[in-house]
Parts: sequence; C-alpha cells; structure tokens
Amino acid sequence: MISLAGRDIMHAWGKFVFTGVGLGLLIGITLSMAGIYRGMVDDAKALLDNSGADLWVVQQDTLGPYAEPSSIYDDVWRGVRGMPGVARTANVTYLTMQVRQGGRDVRTMVTGITAGEPGTPGWPPYLVAGRQMTRGHYEAVADIASGFKLGDHLQIRRNHYTVVGLTRRMVSSGGDPMIFIPLKDAQEAQFLKDNDAIRQQRLRTAANPAFNRPQVPGLLDAVIASQSINPYVNAVLVQVDSNHSAEEVAESIRRWKRLTVYTRDQMEEILVGKLIATSARQIFMFLVILSVVSAAIVAFIIYTLTLGKIREIAVLKLIGTRNRTIVALIMQQSIALGLIGFVVGKITATLLMAPIFPKYVLLEPLDSVMAFVAVVVICILASIIAIRAALKIDPAEAIGG
Amino acid sequence: MAGKGIHIEGLKKRYGSGDTAVDALIGVDMQVAPGEVVGLVGPSGSGKSTLLKCLGAVIEPTAGRMTLGDLVIYDGGWKVKDLRALRRDKIGFIFQAPYLIPFLDVTDNVALLPMLAGKPNAESRKLAMELLQALDVEPRAKAMPSQLSGGEQQRVAIARGLVNRPPVILADEPTAPLDSERALAVIRILNDMARKFETAIIVVTHDEKIMPTFKRIYHIRDGVTYEEAGEGREFE
Repeated sequence: MISLAGRDIMHAWGKFVFTGVGLGLLIGITLSMAGIYRGMVDDAKALLDNSGADLWVVQQDTLGPYAEPSSIYDDVWRGVRGMPGVARTANVTYLTMQVRQGGRDVRTMVTGITAGEPGTPGWPPYLVAGRQMTRGHYEAVADIASGFKLGDHLQIRRNHYTVVGLTRRMVSSGGDPMIFIPLKDAQEAQFLKDNDAIRQQRLRTAANPAFNRPQVPGLLDAVIASQSINPYVNAVLVQVDSNHSAEEVAESIRRWKRLTVYTRDQMEEILVGKLIATSARQIFMFLVILSVVSAAIVAFIIYTLTLGKIREIAVLKLIGTRNRTIVALIMQQSIALGLIGFVVGKITATLLMAPIFPKYVLLEPLDSVMAFVAVVVICILASIIAIRAALKIDPAEAIGG
Repeated sequence: MAGKGIHIEGLKKRYGSGDTAVDALIGVDMQVAPGEVVGLVGPSGSGKSTLLKCLGAVIEPTAGRMTLGDLVIYDGGWKVKDLRALRRDKIGFIFQAPYLIPFLDVTDNVALLPMLAGKPNAESRKLAMELLQALDVEPRAKAMPSQLSGGEQQRVAIARGLVNRPPVILADEPTAPLDSERALAVIRILNDMARKFETAIIVVTHDEKIMPTFKRIYHIRDGVTYEEAGEGREFE
C-alpha cells in the first residue's frame, strides 16, 4: 500500500515545509527556554563544583552565602581548621556588582579569595590564559565571559586591578561571570564608604563624648580605626579529608562552633530548589504555554488541510477505504509536520538562538529526546480534531444531489 | 438475466418519520444485465441520487431487494456485513466530475483500489496499466490529475471504476462537463468496457445528446421507475 500522507506531502511540499519552519521557530523557542533553565541549574552546579569546597560554613541560621547575606568573623577559619576531618579551609567573600573597565561596565560576582596555591578552596581550578594571583592586592583573575582580557585594568570601588589570568565557566548562580581578587581587597570593597560618608562618621564619633574622652588619649583613634576595617567574610570553605564524611564533619562543626554548615547536596538544594525556583517555575509556565500554542497551531493547520480534502476523503470512503487508512493519512501528516518543526527547531535553538542568548543555554540531549517525544504526542493529539472531522464526512458527499 | 448483473425489486426509501416523512423511492424495479449500459433519467427531485446512493450501499433503503449477480446485498436489511468492502470490490463509481485524488499520479489513482483490497503494489499497478492502455491514456500514466484534460481525467476515472472488475458500475452524470464529441466518446468507452468486462453499467444522466445511445432507459419520477426502450444508436 502506498503512503497517502507521503504523497500528499510531496504534492504540496512547499506548504508543508513553510508551515513546518514556522512551527519549528516556535519549537526552537521552547527548546531554548528549556536550555535556559538547564543553563541556570548548570551555572549553580558550576559555582559549587568550581569552589572546590565540601562544606560551606556560614552565619548561624542563614542560607548564605549565595541565597542570603552571611557574615562571620574572618578568623573563624582557624577554629574550623582544627576540627577533626578538616583538610583545608579558606575564607571567601562574594559581592555582585558592576565592574568598570574604561567606558563600559560588566555585571560580575567579585569573589575575594585567600592567598594560597591552586587547589585552595575558592580558587579558580584552572586558567585558560595568564597566571594565578601572586600578590596580595590589586590583581584579578576574570572569567572569560566577562569580556576582559589579560592586562586589562578594572575598577572595583576606588581601586584599580590588573587582569593577570583568565578562567572559564566560573559564574554565579545568576550566570554573572566571576572576578577573583585578593580577600583583603574584597573585604574592603564590601563595606567601603565614600569619602564624605567616612568624614561624617568620624565627626559623629568625635562628637560622641563616650568615645572622645580627654582623659583617655588614643581612644578616639582606636574607635575610628576599628570602624574603617571589615573583619567579616561571607563564608569559610572547607575541604574534608578522605577519611571522613562531609556530613560527619559538618555535624561536628555545627555542634562545637555554633555555626550553620552546608554540605554539597544541601547547598545544591538551596541554589536549585530555592534561589532559581521562581525562575524555573516561570520557565516551566512558558514551556506549558508554548506547548499549548504549538498544539493549537498544529491542530489548526491539520484541521484546515483536512477540510480542504473533504471531497477526496468522501471519494476515498466511497470506494472502500478503511477508516484506519484515513486516520493514518491525517495522523502521519500531523507527525510529519511535527518532525519538520522539530528538526527546524533543534537547528534554530542550537545554531541560532543559543549563541546569541546572553545567558548560558544548555541543550541536553535528553531534553531533545523528551522534546521530540512531546512534539510527536502533541501532533497526535492535535490531529484528533481533524480525524473526527474526517470520519464524519459522509461518503455520499461524493455522489451528487 | 436473473442471477447475473444487478437486480432490484420494489426498492423503497423513506427519509424521516411521522408527519415529516418523505418517500424518495416508492417502488423501484430495475434489472441490468452484464455487458449492458442503461440510462437512468429523471427530473431534479425525482429520486435519482437517492437510488444511486442505495445502489452504492451508501444509504440504507427502507424496503425491497437488491442482488448483485448471485449475491443478495439487501432484502429488508443489509445482507452484507462489510459494506465498505462491498463498495470496493463489487461496485465501481464514476462521478459527474472525475474526483481523482490530486496527490496521486494517474497510475496510482487507478491502482489505489486494488491496493486497498490488499493486492501488492506491483500487481495493482499492472492492472491499472492494462486499463489505462485500453482507455488510451497510458502515455499519461505518470502525469498528475491537474496535468490532464477533462476528457483524459474522465477516462482515468472510468479506469478507476473498472479496475477491481466490479459486476456493476454506477455512473453519476459522467458526461455532464463534456462537449458532445467527448460525451459520446465516454459512452462508447463505457459500452466497450461493459462488453469486455461483463459489467452492468447504470448511467444517471440529464444529457440529451447521449440519450439515443442507450438501448434501454429507466425513467424515474416521484420515486417510481418506468422502463423504456431506447434507440441504441452508435453502438449497434
């Protein structure tokens, strides 16, 4: 038996291809939306993976340092380092801000890391160009997505930094590229006030008789000095030695240091389950809407094509064509339209949309397989209206009168 | 003639019921022998189309009896379970317009019926080509319907109606869109094919120019048929 659907498609291939291309653009947007969600999850995981930490020690009862503000003293790491099972510790600060370079600025996550060597928690695990930071101030390592190049001079607050190294896939959970600077500089940048504010604060402190006592020389200077430093970091990153489990060490730190500690899985749950949950729901709603729109378009097109063949279907029924042959004709056309749309959509999403989207778009093969199955199912469902219409056609319509 | 061709006795068809009931066929008696082409003539609303639909097993008569050869297809109710297969294998249709499937070429338009009956594609196409050759449209075998003239399309439609070698063919005003010359050519073909394949052909028509070609004509008026001898010109 010949394929009636195939012959009909070949007979009007231009109409099918152009309709399929239109549908494909819609499917391309749907795939891109799924890719954006996957990209967000991947960004969150990259942030955790690249930190090199097994545990995150943060301010008590907070979800820090990525989902909520967290401040702990910068000497907490010493006590944590002495706990059983702890191999390495490092302070870290995170500050999302605009970093200026020349006439432009880039939204980045400025990360303060402690002096050390590659492998220290918080350090970028690898570079694609240049070297790691070797000085205690005014050097930076930038993610290549920031657009900065080796030797570029950046301005963070009042200070200028030279880019000495470039890394890749070091991004915040929001997809902002990371800029690594020395911890002390980052701590200063976090709470640095402008000169007028500093002057105002000094005048206020001097006007306070509790701090400005003539009989206690040096008190005022000591208070002002304490106000101009930042002894806080956002978290202590911990690497656990191979003989201990992360959960066991985390429990020990929670009990003895009275701090909140998150393991890798807990931190992933916070990032994926809480931080990007709203965005994920929004994207899911877009996916649902786009799927419904795609289904409606396929249904309308197939219904219109079927109505255009009423006389032919009536003749086919009159000369003895079985209903299943007519159902197959319509359903195969619907699926063919979906397949054309899927191929166009996949190419569009991969080659056209993903490279130009500002956010990372991760097109997982499994998502494509699921999308393919969804397209086929949607096309089958969308053809039902047309099939019902075709089955209602009376073969007597082929006979006049 | 009994036992061959198509035989219709006391066929009735009523649409609706109660006060709104309409008797479209009140008493139809017809008999068409194998190899015979008869005309079925009547004014609009006389019941021609209803009769054609009943003969084509598209609508169910209300009463009467119909036999195709030795096969009783209706006797107060359908006697054949699969009416679709009956239409496919035992009844050929030729319409006022050719109604060829626009996305199939000439060969496949004709070969589609044997394919639907389960015959292999190659065998179906061979049967189609034999008929296309007999009807002199073989050179257009690979053409699409839109590339054919009106006369060629009608010959392809005749080939489609004959391809399963049905014992009866119902032709619904097959010459209506054609000029005199082509209309007579179509009737000549139908007569040739009727004789060649032992097929009974009923031609529903209003067409005055082909009327003299029938040896027998059934007139239908107000749902009742009357038989009349025709002139039978051209095909003696």
